Amino acid sequence: MSDEFPTSAMDIAWNVRNNVTSAADVLERHLSTIDEREGDIHAFNLVLADEARTRAAEIDEAVSVGRDPGPLAGVPIALKDNMCTRGIPTTCSSKILDGWRPPYDATVVTKLRDAGAVVIGKTNLDEFAMGSSTENSAFGATRNPHDTTRVPGGSSGGSAAAVAAGFAAVSLGSDTGGSIRQPAALCGVVGVKPTYGAVSRYGLVAFASSLDQIGPFAHDVGDAALVLEAISGHDAMDSTSIRQGPLDISRQLMMGVAGLRVGRITDLPEGASPDVAARLEEAFDALRNAGAEIVDVDVPAFGYGLTAYYLIAPAEASSNLARYDGVRFGHRVEAPDTNAMYMATRTDGFGAEVKRRIMLGTYALSAGYYDAYYGRALKVRRRIAADFAAAYEQADVLLTPASPTVAFHLGDKTSDPMSMYLCDTYTIPSNLTGDPGMSVPFGTGDDGLPVGVQVLAPALQEARMFRTAAELERSAPR
Amino acid sequence: MTETISDTNVETWTLRGYEMVVGLEVHVELATRTKLFSASPNRFGDEPNTNIDPVTLGLPGALPVLNRQAVELAMRLGLALNCTVQRSTFARKNYFYPDMPKAYQISQYDEPICIDGWLDLPGSIRVGIERAHLEEDTGKSTHIGGSGGRIHGSDFSLIDFNRAGVPLVEIVSRPDIRTPEQAKAYVSELRAILVAVGASDAKMEEGSMRVDANVSVRLPGADLGTRCEIKNVNSIRSVGRAIDYEAQRQVGMLEAGESIRQETRHWDENDGRTHTLRSKEDADDYRYFQEPDLVVVDPDPEWIERVRAGLPVLPAARRAQLAAATGQPADAEAILVVTDRDQDAYVLTVAEAGGDAARALVHVKEAFAEQGERPAVPAADLARLTRLEVDGKLTATQAKQVLAEIVAAGGGDAEAIAAAKGFEAMDTSELEAMVDAAIDAQPDAWAKFCAGEGKAMGALVGAVMKASKGQADGKAVTALLERRRTA
Repeated sequence: MSDEFPTSAMDIAWNVRNNVTSAADVLERHLSTIDEREGDIHAFNLVLADEARTRAAEIDEAVSVGRDPGPLAGVPIALKDNMCTRGIPTTCSSKILDGWRPPYDATVVTKLRDAGAVVIGKTNLDEFAMGSSTENSAFGATRNPHDTTRVPGGSSGGSAAAVAAGFAAVSLGSDTGGSIRQPAALCGVVGVKPTYGAVSRYGLVAFASSLDQIGPFAHDVGDAALVLEAISGHDAMDSTSIRQGPLDISRQLMMGVAGLRVGRITDLPEGASPDVAARLEEAFDALRNAGAEIVDVDVPAFGYGLTAYYLIAPAEASSNLARYDGVRFGHRVEAPDTNAMYMATRTDGFGAEVKRRIMLGTYALSAGYYDAYYGRALKVRRRIAADFAAAYEQADVLLTPASPTVAFHLGDKTSDPMSMYLCDTYTIPSNLTGDPGMSVPFGTGDDGLPVGVQVLAPALQEARMFRTAAELERSAPR
Repeated sequence: MTETISDTNVETWTLRGYEMVVGLEVHVELATRTKLFSASPNRFGDEPNTNIDPVTLGLPGALPVLNRQAVELAMRLGLALNCTVQRSTFARKNYFYPDMPKAYQISQYDEPICIDGWLDLPGSIRVGIERAHLEEDTGKSTHIGGSGGRIHGSDFSLIDFNRAGVPLVEIVSRPDIRTPEQAKAYVSELRAILVAVGASDAKMEEGSMRVDANVSVRLPGADLGTRCEIKNVNSIRSVGRAIDYEAQRQVGMLEAGESIRQETRHWDENDGRTHTLRSKEDADDYRYFQEPDLVVVDPDPEWIERVRAGLPVLPAARRAQLAAATGQPADAEAILVVTDRDQDAYVLTVAEAGGDAARALVHVKEAFAEQGERPAVPAADLARLTRLEVDGKLTATQAKQVLAEIVAAGGGDAEAIAAAKGFEAMDTSELEAMVDAAIDAQPDAWAKFCAGEGKAMGALVGAVMKASKGQADGKAVTALLERRRTA
C-alpha cells in the first residue's frame, strides 16, 4: 500500500468522515490485497465482497449528505467466524454447522455497524475456538503472513493473519485461554482480551462461557482502543455483561507510564524461549526508562492455571456443544433412530480436538468425579484470583510473555496436544480471573519473527493497560 | 376438571400393618407474560413453533436472560407456602432429547430460590415443603407412527418449541403424606393457593400443573423404604388411585419376600397400574454444574417484603372466614367448592346485605357454578330470597325455583317472583288438612309409622307433596306428622 493512503483504522475513519477518501476506495484496496495473498494465507472462511461494497456505498452516501457514519466510518473489519451474522454462514470452522445461517446478528456486529465499520469477511479459526494454531479447522489451516510455513497461532489465527496481511484494518477475535493474545504475538499485531463482561457475548458461539470474551486485533494500540470502545458497554441480552457504558481508553493513551508500578512475576512458569525472555527484559527496561517503577510480585498459583483451565473449559464446552445434535440446524447424518442419529452426526461433524475436549469435560463433570476434577479446578480458579488480587495491591500492571515462543511450523505440535496446550501458559490466568490482558508487538525473536509482550491489569483497568502497551509500542525495537 | 376432596374423615391408609410414605413433586407453569429466559410469549395453544426465538431454540450464540416476573411469581408462591426466599443460582442439567433444544435444562439445583415451607391441609395435617425452584420447560414431542405414541419405534416425531423455555416452578414436598386422600388434598390445596396468588392457572388437563409421586411403604416406626417415582399422573383423582395402587404393589412384593427396586414408573390410567419406565441404573448422569451464562439471584429483603405484603388472603383463611359466617365446618364440601370458585366473598356480601349466610352458601354452591368470581345476581337480591326462606315464607323447594328465575334473569325481586308463581306461604291449616287426608287415605302406612317404622313416613310425605303439587315444605310436613303421632 502506498504511504499516502490511510491504513490504520483511525486514519481511515478520519479520511472517510471528512470526505478525503471514500469507503469504497478503502475497501477496494483491501479486497485487492486479499486477491493477491489470500491464496497463500487462507485467513478467511468467507470474503463478503458484495455485502462490503454495498455497505461502503451506504457510508459514502451518508457522508455525501452530511451524516456522520461513526467512529469506524469505512473501516474494513474481519470477524472471527464464531460470531453470528444474520443470513450469512457462521461455521466455527466446523462441519457440524454446515449450512447454518444465523437469523440474528451478534451484539458486536450490530455495534460495529452502528459505528460505521464495513465487515469484509469471516475468518478461519480452530474448530469452535479449540486450539492454538488454527490447524484444527474443517476448512484447512491458516498460515502466518510473516512466514507461510508457520502457523499464525490460534484459535483466532484467521483474524490475526487478516490484520497482519493487510486484508482488514482491524478484526475481532475471541479469547478463552489466549486465543486473541497468542496469535497477535505470533502475527506481530496488537490483540486484546478485555475484562470479562466488558464486551457482550450475545451472538458469540460459546466455547467456555465463563471464560470467553471478544476483543480486537489491530496494527497499533490506538486502533485497538478505538475498536474496543465501539464494541464495549452493557448489553441487556447478556446477563454477564457489566452494567456500565463503553470503556474510555483513547483519551488516556498518551499519558505515559511515569510512576506506574509494573510487576514482574517472580514465580512465572518456565518455558519461555531465550529470544522471548530477552524481549521481555527489554520491555521492563523500556518502561523503567519511561519512568515506571519495576516491582517483584508473587502469584504462586499462576502455574496451576493451565491444569484448572483444561478441566473448566472442556467441562463447559461439553455442555455448550451438546446442542449440535442434528435436530434443528446444521449437519445431520440420517440413522434409524434418534440416538443413532445423534451419534452419527456428532461423530462425523466434529473434529478430533473438539471430541477430545467434549470427552474430557464430560468426564470431569461426571458423578463421582466432579469433586476431584471440576470442583477442584473451581477452587484453584478462586485461588488464582486471590493471588492476582494480592499482586495488584503491589503493582498496577504486570508484564509477561504473550506466547512462550515465536510462530512455530505447521504440523510441529499437532501430534502432541500437551505441547499445544502449553502455548497458553501465560495467557490462561487472566481468563480464569476475568481480568484484561493484551499482547503488544515488541521486537523480533528467532528467524526475525515477531515477539509479543503481554500486559495484564485488574478488572476494568483497560485504560491503564493500554497506556502501558502504548509506551511499549513507542519504545519497541525496530 | 376440578375435583375437590370429600368431607369424610381422612382415614389412615394401612395394609397388613404397612403404612405408605409419599412425597409429591409438583411442576407448575408460571403465568408470566414471556418465557423464563427470552421475550417470546408464554401462551398455551398457539400454532406450533410460533412463540420461538434464538434463545428458545438454543441457537448457537444465544444467551438466557432471567425473567424478573418469573422470579417474583416464584417468590409469591414460595411465601404463600411459608418458605424462606434465599440467594439462589441456576445450574445446567445435561441430557439429550430432541425437544430439549440446548441438550441441557436450566434449573435451580443446590441453591433453590424457596426452601423450608409447609402447607396445611383441611383437617390439621401439615405437609412440609422442602423446596420450590425455578426451571425451564422443554418443547413438546408428538411421535407419529409406531405404537403407543412413544418415540421408540415411531416413524418420525414432530416437535413444538412453543412450550420450550416456559417458566416452571417445581414444588417438592417432604415425605409427610400417609394416605391417598391426603395426597389429593395436598394437590387440591396447592392448586388453590397457586391460583389465589396468581402464580399459575394450574390446570392439570392442560399440563400447566404436573404431579410426580414418590411412594414407599414401611412398617410404622421403621426407616424409610425404597421409593418409586410415579409419573404421568394427570388428574387429582389419578393421584389418589396411582398412590393407592403403587403402595399395594410394594406391600405385595415385600410380603412375597421380594425387595423394591428404586425406579421410575409410569401410571397407566386405563389399566389402573404402574409400569416400569426406567430403573435407577438406567438413570442419566445429569452432570449438573452452575450455569455460567446467568448470575446469582439474590432478592433483597425489601423486595421480599414487598412481595409478601402483596399476597392475597389465602384459601385456608378464606374458608375459615366463610365457615365462621355460615356456621359450617371449614372442610364442608360447600365451603371448599365455593371458595375454590372464588365465590366466598360474594356469600359474605350477601350476609352483609342482610341475607342468611348458610342459605346463601347452599344456593351459591348449587346454582352459581357458571357464575364465576363476581356473580351477576346482585347480593341484595339473594339476601332477600334467603330472608324469605328463614322467615318461613318460602319452602326450600320454592326458593330453589325462585332462585332459578333470578339467576336466569341476572337478578330480581324474590318476593315478586314468588307472588307471580303463586307461592304464598302455605297456610298451616291447609297443610294440616292435607296431612290428615294423607293419614286417612293410608291407614296401614300410618300404623307402621306409629309403630316406629321410619320408612313408612315416605309414603305419607309423598302423598302430601303430591296434593300440594310440590309446594309443601318437606320439613314442615315431617314436623306435623311427628306431632300427630305424639299427640
